[in-house]
Amino acid sequence: MTATFIILAIITIAGSVAAMTLRNLVHCALALTITFAGLAALYLHLDAQFAGFAQLLVYIGAVAILIVFVVLLTRGSDTPQGAVFSSGWVAGVAVAALVFGVLAYMIRGSHAIGQAAPAAPDVSVRQIGDQLMIKYVLPLEVVGLLLTAALIGAVIIAMREPEQT
Amino acid sequence: MGNGIDQIFVDGKIWLVSQTPLVAQPIVSAVISIAALIGAFATLFALTTILERKGLGRIQNRYGPNRVGPFGILQPLADGLKAMTKEDVVPRAADHVVHFLAPLILVVPVFLALSVIPIGRNMTALDLDAGILFFFAVGAATELSVFMAGWSSRNKYSLLGAMRAIAQMISYEVPLILSSIPVILIVGSLSATAIVDAQGGYTGILPHWFLLTPWGLAGFILFMIAATAESNRSPFDLPEGESEIIAGYYIEYSGFKFALFFLGEYIGMFAVSGLAITLFLGGWHAPFPFLEFIPSYIWFFAKLLGIIALLIWVRGTVPRLRMDQLMNFAWKFMLPMTLINLLVAVLWQMMGPGWGRWLMGLALVIGPYIILGKALVGHRNWGKRTYRFAD
Repeated sequence: MTATFIILAIITIAGSVAAMTLRNLVHCALALTITFAGLAALYLHLDAQFAGFAQLLVYIGAVAILIVFVVLLTRGSDTPQGAVFSSGWVAGVAVAALVFGVLAYMIRGSHAIGQAAPAAPDVSVRQIGDQLMIKYVLPLEVVGLLLTAALIGAVIIAMREPEQT
Repeated sequence: MGNGIDQIFVDGKIWLVSQTPLVAQPIVSAVISIAALIGAFATLFALTTILERKGLGRIQNRYGPNRVGPFGILQPLADGLKAMTKEDVVPRAADHVVHFLAPLILVVPVFLALSVIPIGRNMTALDLDAGILFFFAVGAATELSVFMAGWSSRNKYSLLGAMRAIAQMISYEVPLILSSIPVILIVGSLSATAIVDAQGGYTGILPHWFLLTPWGLAGFILFMIAATAESNRSPFDLPEGESEIIAGYYIEYSGFKFALFFLGEYIGMFAVSGLAITLFLGGWHAPFPFLEFIPSYIWFFAKLLGIIALLIWVRGTVPRLRMDQLMNFAWKFMLPMTLINLLVAVLWQMMGPGWGRWLMGLALVIGPYIILGKALVGHRNWGKRTYRFAD
């Protein structure tokens, strides 16, 4: 629990809390971006350069932009008049607390918690690339195929239908 | 002698750091690097604005600024003072916090992106193992800033401009990254320093720059086109489009915030040009062995000014594209060309030295260029221009 970790954790949690509680949807999306940036910084704090930069590139460069685009294209930037929380928020909090409790109990009871943390491996970007291209090449290809299929599907859905006369 | 001048800034920094107490040394070292980076590139920004206005003036048969100082070279100073003394007008309906943050979120990432570029021998402010990835990762934040500026202004023109800008930046980021991948593939490293080192040395008098290979030449041209689009410069300046949407996403910015947007745009241009120099033009290496006595950072800035001159020239000569032309060009021409270029780079590496790979490379670059170009133009007849009323 170093000082940098605490600062980053506070930023990340504050971003996600703001994303849930703010009134304006675009503000929520921007607050979510702070959470993404905080997570990227946490990865960098753990010496995972590749994961951190990929998080920045994918989540801030693409996912955040996608979210704000969708918000703008679907419902505009008008703020809701009523309450932000749905009426069943008490049940939601209860379920969340229950899930957290179960997870915390399982993690506390895990035998891995007693062991000393192994020394952090010095993973370079080159090693990640080697692993992806040699050992895990099949999953990588499958993911690529899936994404290509999704892309083609999106194009087909968005394609203009022939005019029926 | 040559070595002393070449390393004068590095030695100076080491000396300065060694004068401070041991605890403060990492911070002092970082501050010196950051200050040097900001100082050098802000000065270059001032120089570029005057060069650009002068150059565009020449292209358009006028003088350009010529009132402040000899030949108008003090114009940037006057502009800066004007920007600082102007009132900062924020629209009443604007979202104040987001409106305030947008220029900052543009300027900080572009300076961060600049910090991984090697500007001289041993002169990389932030020498990362994954430097190129870092460059693209922080560059992604500029899109968010454009959105924030456009949305928070509560102005339909600024929102339209932001939408255009984001669509354009996302589309051209794909060819930008894909056209730099062949270099990473050949060098086998994401570190900017390693990429520059791989381009050192000479064959005869010719340098080992990647520009002088078929895939490097095609990659450089594709990279520069995508870079022009990424930095929203003419002919890809639709997000600003003065005649249609006035100034796009920064229409509601005035005073120093506007100046910050301007600064961010130019620093972004320098950063992406610097990356082009690192990837294709041999970084700080001299073009000929007999010119190596000139310090490395002078070579970097000479190349940077050359690319800036090229961009000014393009801005002065090429008309602005239409939105559909822009998108068609990105997805139907740039993307296939960059993918083919990747293939050429792989084959180039596998075929080994010899004439065969030159023939293969040139054929695989020029052939698709002709085919894709014809397909992009389509079946339209480009005949003599006809006029409906004036004859």
